Amino acid sequence: MSAETIETTYREAVREAIRDALKRDPRVFLMGEDVGRYGGCYAVSKGLYDEFGPERIRDTPLSESGFTGAGIGAALGGMRPIVEIMTVNFSLLALDQIVNNAATIRHMSGGQFNVPVVIRMATGAGRQLAAQHSHSLENWYASIPGIKVVAPATLEDARGMLWTALEDPDPVVIFEHVMLYNRAGRLAADAGPVPITGAALRREGADITLISYGGSLFKTLEAAAALAADGIAAEVIDLRSLRPLDDQTIMASVAKTHRAVIVDEGWRSGSLAAEISARIMEQAFWHLDAPVGRVCSAEVPIPYPKHLEDAALPQVAAIVAAAKRTLAQ
Amino acid sequence: MSTAADTKLHLNRQHALHLLRQMLRIRRFEERCAELYTEEKVRGFLHLYIGEEAVAVGVMQALTPEDAVVATYREHGHALARGMPMTTLMAEMFGKREGCSRGRGGSMHVFDAATRFYGGSAIVGGLLPLAVGLALADKMEGRERVTACFFGEGAAAEGEFHESLNLAALWQLPVLFVCENNLYAMGTALERSESETHIFRKAQSYQVPAESIDGMDVVKVEAAAHQAAAEVRAGGGPRFLECQTYRFRAHSMFDAQLYRDKAEVEAWKQKGPLLRFGHWLEQTGMVDAAGRAEIEAEIADEIAAAVAFAEQGSWESVEDLTRDVYTEQPE
Repeated sequence: MSAETIETTYREAVREAIRDALKRDPRVFLMGEDVGRYGGCYAVSKGLYDEFGPERIRDTPLSESGFTGAGIGAALGGMRPIVEIMTVNFSLLALDQIVNNAATIRHMSGGQFNVPVVIRMATGAGRQLAAQHSHSLENWYASIPGIKVVAPATLEDARGMLWTALEDPDPVVIFEHVMLYNRAGRLAADAGPVPITGAALRREGADITLISYGGSLFKTLEAAAALAADGIAAEVIDLRSLRPLDDQTIMASVAKTHRAVIVDEGWRSGSLAAEISARIMEQAFWHLDAPVGRVCSAEVPIPYPKHLEDAALPQVAAIVAAAKRTLAQ
Repeated sequence: MSTAADTKLHLNRQHALHLLRQMLRIRRFEERCAELYTEEKVRGFLHLYIGEEAVAVGVMQALTPEDAVVATYREHGHALARGMPMTTLMAEMFGKREGCSRGRGGSMHVFDAATRFYGGSAIVGGLLPLAVGLALADKMEGRERVTACFFGEGAAAEGEFHESLNLAALWQLPVLFVCENNLYAMGTALERSESETHIFRKAQSYQVPAESIDGMDVVKVEAAAHQAAAEVRAGGGPRFLECQTYRFRAHSMFDAQLYRDKAEVEAWKQKGPLLRFGHWLEQTGMVDAAGRAEIEAEIADEIAAAVAFAEQGSWESVEDLTRDVYTEQPE
């Protein structure tokens, strides 16, 4: 990797990843609601329609099941489609295709057919979009054998995971948290593919392990910085891949720190945080000095007013408090 | 472009006997499957196509090996008519490793890469978007192939039916939609579930050229399929055939058929595809009793060999339970 870097945003990094894929592989095309002329509801695909035309930047009707299934069918037919679904809430209309077709066809056909489709969708709250645009249902997808699920949080991952996902022979679902799109930073000018399995250590520390992903990662890093000011060295794991989960990285960290708090914007009941907590109990119980803590969203449909939306979501103060509670035990 | 008149020219003795043989293979295969079900060799759900054979056999005549087929959970007939070996199909019914889907699918999930047979889907309506996508890939790659998509009239009540017809028409995709209207969505009669009972009119409302045909007449089905497939192949966009047909047997092996009269079933049996076509073949002198018996004997041998193949097949090792959930990749 060269030392040369460019100033960019998460949105631009995803766009460059898509542009790059379209240039590299003629089988790649982008399909979804308002991805073309409109430029994408979160402006991710802005400009691509003019550059690549309506065949490869394909606007669809509001038919989530229809066009997601068409993406799966096109993948069966040898293409490498990128299906964009506006938000995870809308993806529920396409669940049949994702769960009953994309995730099953390889197994159900005895390994004869692969489904190399990539499905991207926005997830998460923070924009005051209320209860039908703001949920975090990544854990639903992460529970399904047959698909891989990733949540890039950094610019490098936003730029590099799509590449790897498109080369994967199996279906990959990519979650992009809506609060990350405007995040700016510097990225290597020649940023390339990054793995879609495996977590990343975003901060090292010996006192407690904070495990997070996606939109909650930077809140967790902020919390770690606040803890450091109080003399507490928190280690921060960015899961990156939600299925498969990188048990090894999690357990290695817990074996070192003996304490863990999981930060997850999903609802607490049946959350990814619950799954990870169970795995720590199964695999690292004797390393623990305290019960595993969780910071999740309140169990409420995400409300519209800013103060209530904020109160429903994991916030820095709550992460700091949870870490201190765990350390006090 | 082939026309109905052309097709009649092709209906020489050899082709007529081919049609008869294909329908008979399906009928006898499934009759044997029903027996094997009571012997508990075949388990799970078993949906028999008996009575509807003319649709699959007729439509398949219009397809080339490069074309694709997407079908429902009532798909044994389509698989056989498409050219899949009876051996691997039967082994799949048994759940054996030698089955076409390695035993992982069973009766409802028959797949075969060699004949481009993409299932075997048991979510009513869920296969239509797949057909649209397969056709989209062909169109984007400039391949002159047809994707034939079979589904029952029950699918017309699903949103995916409407989304798919709209997409196929909007993007002018090479899909041949084949609606097998057997009048019952499991046990719910068409007039009890649809405000518009002419399914082809729904397709027409999406600007898809569509017609309703006699699905009990294999020659009529073949003629209509040849014409529709030729138009699709020529780049004319999707076509839709509503085939009027009837399921002689229960929906599945668990169905007591309380929702329809025995007299109705009997009346449809008198219009049965094998009865009618067989009678016509006899009348025209294309096949006599001895000729028919010879075909039956050959099919009986084929079925016996398929059952033996399935019986001799092996069970997948439990250690391999999770294989093919993901593609195995080198580390």
